[in-house]
Formats: sequence, structure tokens, C-alpha cells
Amino acid sequence: MTAKIALVTGASRGIGQAIAIAVGKLGYTVVGTATSEGGAEAITAHFKDAGIEGVGMMLNVSDSASVESVVKSINEQFGAPSVLINNAGITKDNIMLRMKDDEWYDVIDTNLNSLYRLSKACLRGMTKARWGRIVNISSVVGAMGNAGQANYAAAKAGMDGFTRALAREIGSRGITVNGVAPGFIDTDMTKKLGDDQRDALKNQIPLQRLGSPEEIAGVVAFLVSDAAAYVTGETIHVNGGMYMA
Amino acid sequence: MSSIEERVKKIVAEQLGVKEEDVSESASFVEDLGADSLDTVELVMALEEEFETEIPDEEAEKITTVRLAIDYIKENLQ
Repeated sequence: MTAKIALVTGASRGIGQAIAIAVGKLGYTVVGTATSEGGAEAITAHFKDAGIEGVGMMLNVSDSASVESVVKSINEQFGAPSVLINNAGITKDNIMLRMKDDEWYDVIDTNLNSLYRLSKACLRGMTKARWGRIVNISSVVGAMGNAGQANYAAAKAGMDGFTRALAREIGSRGITVNGVAPGFIDTDMTKKLGDDQRDALKNQIPLQRLGSPEEIAGVVAFLVSDAAAYVTGETIHVNGGMYMA
Repeated sequence: MSSIEERVKKIVAEQLGVKEEDVSESASFVEDLGADSLDTVELVMALEEEFETEIPDEEAEKITTVRLAIDYIKENLQ
């Protein structure tokens, strides 16, 4: 039996980093991606410190050629990934009346179009193996909406639709496709918010605090594990109760 | 070594879970052998592996019968 391979995009910090470690602890060899060589090297070092197998690689999820070449080199070096965690994401917030074209297109491209590129590149191996797990990290914002984030909300809601469609398409091959929709998690992405905004947020959250990256990673690890073998097409909300479907 | 015809038929039978004797050259994967769209993609993947080649998507979509598969392999593997 060859090593089990997991690919986690956007693994240099925050939620992606925590997911990579959690999946590594399940016994996977993890390839974590970053947008720079320095970021990739830092991932390799972090995996080593955490005692998990794997490496960092540089990947631009908005570039099809980059996706193809990284997946190819993973296949050659380690074997085909049977787990894909689409985590890489960006925000470029603005109110609609002021939003620029690049703010709209960049967010859609990195957050949503990347799912198409990466899933397509990894599905061959999973189909052949008759086993696979895809987990897409969306957001509570995709379900609730958020003023100033029409681009982000559209991309995240799009991810959830993608999750359901692909789950139907490839369920017969033993591949599950699910989503995890974090609420407000304490990461660099939410550190951009001012103290006033963070306090206001806490008042909308029944658990009265921001979540930790590990609290998202735990749910992702569950979806990857055998315990979740019968869960597919589902997006699990992890948000301290701020949104209940 | 078996002929290309035999190798293609064997793979079609394996992939689609049908008997080799039911795999006639004129058989259509979808209409005669009960394949769905995902089966046809997997079939092409299996052919690529057997014949150590890469079949581009535009070409793969045209391979809808056993004969077309055999013809493609013969034309592209000389």
C-alpha cells in the first residue's frame, strides 16, 4: 500500500495550516501550498516541527498551468492525492458602488474558479482509486451575505453549489464532496477588522467569541475520516451559532 | 501478444462489466453496453494506460464505439 496523499491549498497560515496539520495527523502525507517559494519552504519546516509527513509547494490556484504542473509533480513524487482540501481564498472587500473589476474577478478566480481547476486535476486519480475526499472551505458569508463582500459571498455560495453538483456526479465512484463553512475565525483575514467590528461581531455569536483555526480543522478531519463515509454534498457550518440554517 | 482489437475489447469488457463476447466492434458504449458518461471517461483512461498514450479530450469525446476506439489506437500508435 502506497502512502495516502492529501493536497491542501493555502496552507501557509490560518485555517489552511491547521487543516494540513490535522489531516497529517490522520496519517496522510500532506502537500500544502503557498503562493511563494518562501511560503512553501515555511510549510515544509512547519510540517517537520509538527511531526507530520509532507512538504510545501508553490502554487497559484488562479493559474491553470500552475495547477497542472503542481498536481503532476505531486503524482510523480508521492502518488495521486486521494484527499483534496480547497482552502485557498482571498478577500477584496468593497461596497458594490465602488467595487473595481479586479476586486470582483480576482476573488471569483481565486476562491471559486480554483475549485474547477484543482478538482478536475485530482479527480482522475480518485476515480481510478474508487476513493476520494474533497472538502471545500466556503464561508458563513456565502449563506448569510455580508455588506461589502458581494464578490466573496458570490464565490463562497458558488463553492457550495459546486460541492453539491460534484457530489452527485462522482458519488458512484466512492468519492465524497463536502464543504465546511467557517464563521468568524481568528486569523489574519479577520485581523483586518477593527476592534469595534470584532466586538460587534461577538455580540452576534451565541458562543460570544471568534473560532480558532483548529476548530475548523477538526471538522475537516472528520469529513476526511472513515466516520464521515456516508456524508456527501453537505456543507457543515462551524460558526459559534451566528448562523443556523 | 494479443492484437489491438483483442486488447481494446478486453478493456471495454472489464471497464463496463460486460462479457467479452458481447463486445462487438459495432457496439456503442452508451447505447449497447450500458455505459454512462462517467464510464466512458474511465474507459478512455483505461485505454490510455493500456496503450501508454494520452488521448486529448476533444478526441476522447468522439470515441463512442468499440470500432472508433480501435481505429483511434491504430492511427495514433504506429
